[in-house]
Amino acid sequence: MPTSVSLDVNGRVVTIEIGDPGMPLLYALRDNLQLKGPRFGCGLGQCGTCAVLLDDEPVLSCEVPLSKAANKKVVTLEGLGSPEKPSPVQQAFIDEQAAQCGYCLNGMIIHATALLAKTKDPTVPQIKKALADDLCRCGTHLRIVRAVQRAARRA
Amino acid sequence: MLDLVSTRRDVLKTGGALLVAFTFADTALPALAESGPRRKTVESDEIDGFLSIDADGRVTVYSGKVDLGTGLRTALTQIAAEELDVSLDRVGLIQGDTELTPDQGPTWASLSMQICGMRIRQAAATARKALVEMAAARLGVPATELRIEDGTIKGDDKSISFAKLVGGGTFSLKVDNDAPVKHPASYTIVGKSVLRLDIPSKVTGRFTYMQDFRIDGMLHGRVVRPLAIGAHLENVDATSVNDIPGLIKVVREGNFLGVVASTEWAAIQATRKLKATWSHWEGLPEQASLWDYVRATKINSDKVMANVGDSAKALLDAPKHISATYDFAIHTHGSIGPSCAVVEIDEGKITCWSASQATHRLRRQLAAMMGVPLDNVRCLYIEGSGCYGRNGHEDAAGDAALLSRAVGGQPVRVQWMRADEHGWDPKGPPTLIDLRAGVNETSEIIAWESEFFIPGDGLAPVPLIAATLAAVPPTPIMEPYRFGNADVMSANSAIPYTFPNIRTVAHLLAETPFRWSWVRSPGRLQNAFANECFVDELAAFVGVDPLEFRLSHLNDPRGAELLQRLAALAKWRKRLSPRRDPQDDVVTGRGMSYAKDFPSPTYVGAVADIEVDRRSGEIRVQRFFVVHDCGQVINPDGVRNQIEGNVIQTLSRTLKEELLFDRSAVTSLHWATYPILTFPDVPDVVIELLDRPAEKPSGAGEAAAAVVPAVISNAVFDALGVRLRSVPLTPAKVLAAIERYGQRPSREL
Repeated sequence: MPTSVSLDVNGRVVTIEIGDPGMPLLYALRDNLQLKGPRFGCGLGQCGTCAVLLDDEPVLSCEVPLSKAANKKVVTLEGLGSPEKPSPVQQAFIDEQAAQCGYCLNGMIIHATALLAKTKDPTVPQIKKALADDLCRCGTHLRIVRAVQRAARRA
Repeated sequence: MLDLVSTRRDVLKTGGALLVAFTFADTALPALAESGPRRKTVESDEIDGFLSIDADGRVTVYSGKVDLGTGLRTALTQIAAEELDVSLDRVGLIQGDTELTPDQGPTWASLSMQICGMRIRQAAATARKALVEMAAARLGVPATELRIEDGTIKGDDKSISFAKLVGGGTFSLKVDNDAPVKHPASYTIVGKSVLRLDIPSKVTGRFTYMQDFRIDGMLHGRVVRPLAIGAHLENVDATSVNDIPGLIKVVREGNFLGVVASTEWAAIQATRKLKATWSHWEGLPEQASLWDYVRATKINSDKVMANVGDSAKALLDAPKHISATYDFAIHTHGSIGPSCAVVEIDEGKITCWSASQATHRLRRQLAAMMGVPLDNVRCLYIEGSGCYGRNGHEDAAGDAALLSRAVGGQPVRVQWMRADEHGWDPKGPPTLIDLRAGVNETSEIIAWESEFFIPGDGLAPVPLIAATLAAVPPTPIMEPYRFGNADVMSANSAIPYTFPNIRTVAHLLAETPFRWSWVRSPGRLQNAFANECFVDELAAFVGVDPLEFRLSHLNDPRGAELLQRLAALAKWRKRLSPRRDPQDDVVTGRGMSYAKDFPSPTYVGAVADIEVDRRSGEIRVQRFFVVHDCGQVINPDGVRNQIEGNVIQTLSRTLKEELLFDRSAVTSLHWATYPILTFPDVPDVVIELLDRPAEKPSGAGEAAAAVVPAVISNAVFDALGVRLRSVPLTPAKVLAAIERYGQRPSREL
C-alpha cells in the first residue's frame, strides 16, 4: 500500500509517496528529491558517504528507513551551503583543496559539521576520531583534517 | 575553466554533429552551435581534433584522457591556456566523448601529462602560430612584432581577437610537431597551483557524478551475479518478484541475470528477492595455498627484463649468497562509489554514459557485444567515484546495454551494489618474486638475479562481464595502440642499480585465479616492493647504510640528487640496520626506498618513521618523507595531492588489504572483510617537489605508490631485525616473524 511520509529537507517540508516505508531515507533523498549530496557507497553503514543530519545528529541515510525520518528535520550537503555561499566547513575544504575524486566528501563534511557544533576547538586526534567511520579511497585524509582545523579556527 | 558535459539526449541524436548542449555549473548553455552541422574531427594529427575557438573567443579543449578525480582537467586547461595566452576562464574542456575527442588510449599508467598534455600543448602551439600569422596578414604588422594578451593579438596600436580570426570556424591544419612552444621562463599559468574549479560544486552537493546522472524516462537496473564465478544459471523463478511494485522485467541472457524497474529501490528489492538457482562450481585455488598455486602455474613464456654480464657464472663464483622470496596479495580497486552507467538504444544507436577511463575502447567493446557497427555507438565520460584503474565502470556499461536492449532500448541506469564491486571488479593479480644475490670476499655485490611470477599481457581490453555471462561469442577487437611493454605486471622489475651481473626474468603465467586488470601502479608497486626490500637486505648483509648503498650503485645523476635531497629532508643519519637488541614493547624504526618509475620516468624516494608494538604486532606509521621529480610541474598542489594520495592509499594496501576467497567466489564483499586505512591511522606526509621546468612533465599519479611497501618493510627490519616479505604486513605476520627470527643474530636473517 502506498503511503506518504512528510519531512523537512533543507528547510522545505516535502511529502514523499512510496510503496515501501522501509525504503532507506537515502533513496528518497536521491531519487525522489533529486539531491546529490548524500551518495550511495555501501548500503551497509560502513563508509559514511550517505551521511545526513537528522534533527541535527549525523546519521547514515542508507540505514534509516524513511518512516523513521517522518516529521523530522533532514539537512544534506546541499542544505549546508552552496558554491556561491558555502558553509564554513565547505569553504575550508575549498581553501585546503581537500578533494581528489570527492565522492566520499559528503560524509566528512557532515561529520565535521556535527563535530564542530559540539566541540569548538578539536584536537587532531579528536578530528580523526570523529571521521574514523568515513572511508576515503583517494587518500585525501590529511587535507580533510587540515580543512576541519581551518574551519574550527574560523568558527 | 569550464567543465563541459554533454547531457541532452535530443541534441546528442544529431549524428555526431557539433550541435551539443553543455552544462556548466548545472546551467545548460548552447555552446559551439555556431560551428554548424559539420562532424567534428577526432583525428589526433589535426588541431581541430583538440581545440576549437567559438565566436565569443571561448576555447574548447577536447581531451581523449579523462580526469579521474586527479585534477587532470585543471592541469590540461592550464597547459592550453598557457600556450594560447588566454585566461583560464575562457577555456573549457570536453573529455572522453567518442564523438568529439581523439582516441588517446585509456587514461592509465600516469601518462596523461606526457601523452595527452604534450599533444594538447603542441596543438595549441600550432594554433598560436597560425593565429599570429593570420593576424599579421590582417593587421599588416609583421608576426615578430605581435604579442598575445588574453586571446587578443596586438601590435603597432592595432589588435584583433582570436574570435575575429577563427571564431566558430576550424583551423584545418595538421598539428606541427615543430611549432615553437613557449619558453617555461615566460609561463604565467603553468607551474602555478591553480585552484581546482570542481571542488566548490563537489563540497556542496552540486557536482554531477556519473552516479548522479539522470535522463528523462530512465529506468533502474540491477544485476544478480552467479553465486560462484563459473556457475551456470539453472533456474530463475520470475514469479518470486511479482509482488514488487515498479518491477518491469527480469532479464536473463545465458548466465547474465538482471532486473529492470521503474525505481531504484524496486530494482534493489527485486535482486534480493529473486529466486535463482546456480550450479555448483569450485574452480578457484585454495587461498591458504595460493603461492604454491602461483608457483605451479604453467609458464607461457619467459621475458628477459634485464641482462648484464653473466649472473649465473657470477653466482657460482660468489663465496657468499643471499636469497629471498616475496609475495604481494590480490587487491581490489575499492572505489567508494560502486560502478555505474546509463545506456539507451534509439533506432539502433547506442548511447552510453559512464565513468570509463577508456571510452573509445568501451565503444569498441559495446559494439562487439551488441553486434552493431562501431558508428552506432557513442560513449561519453562523466566523472565518477575514483577508479584507480580499470574497475567495474565498463562492466556496468555492459550490464546496462543488455538491460536496455531487453526493455526496447529505454534508458537504463545500472549502479552496482557494494558486493558487486568488491566481488566482481577485476583484481590486481597475485605476484610472487624470487631474488638472489652473490657477494664476494670484499663484500661487493657481484650478481643479482630475480624472477617474477606474473600474468602476461594486461593492457588489452578486459572482457565485459555481461558479454562473458551472456556467452556472446568473442569478437577480436582491433585497437590503434602500440605499447612499449605490453606485459604490464613486469614494470619496475628491472632495478635502477648497477651491479656487474644482473639477470631479471618475468615468467609470464598461463593463468591467474581472477579476471584481472591494472590496479593503481600495477607491477610497479609489487616489483619495487621486492626489489627495494632486497636492496635493503643486501645493504644490511654487507653492513652498509641503506642510503650509501643505493648511492654507490646508482649511475644516474638525477636519481642521486633526489636521494641526497631525500636524506636532507628526512635528516637521514647514517646507520646500520637493525637497531640492536630491541627491548621495549614499542620500538621505532626508519626505512628508505627509491624508484625510477616505469613507464612514466618519474623519480621518487621515500623515508618513513614507524613504530611496532611487539606485543600486538601492530605497525603504526608516524611520518612519511617523499621527494618527487616528475620533470616540469604543471600544477604543484595537484602533484602534492597525488603524492599524498599515493602514499596513503598504498599504505592501506601495504598494511591491510588482501582479497579473501573460497573455492567458488570472493568472500571479502564489503569494507568489514576488506578493510582499508582510516583517519586515525593516517601518517603525516612531508613532500618536496623537484621542479625541472626544462624537462618534459612525467606522471605523478602512481610513482609515489611504488616506494611505499618497501619503506614500511625496511623500517620494520630496522626496528625489530625481522624481514616482512609478504604484503599485507599484518600484525599476525609481524608476530610470526618475531617468533621465527627472534632468537637469531641479525646478520643471519
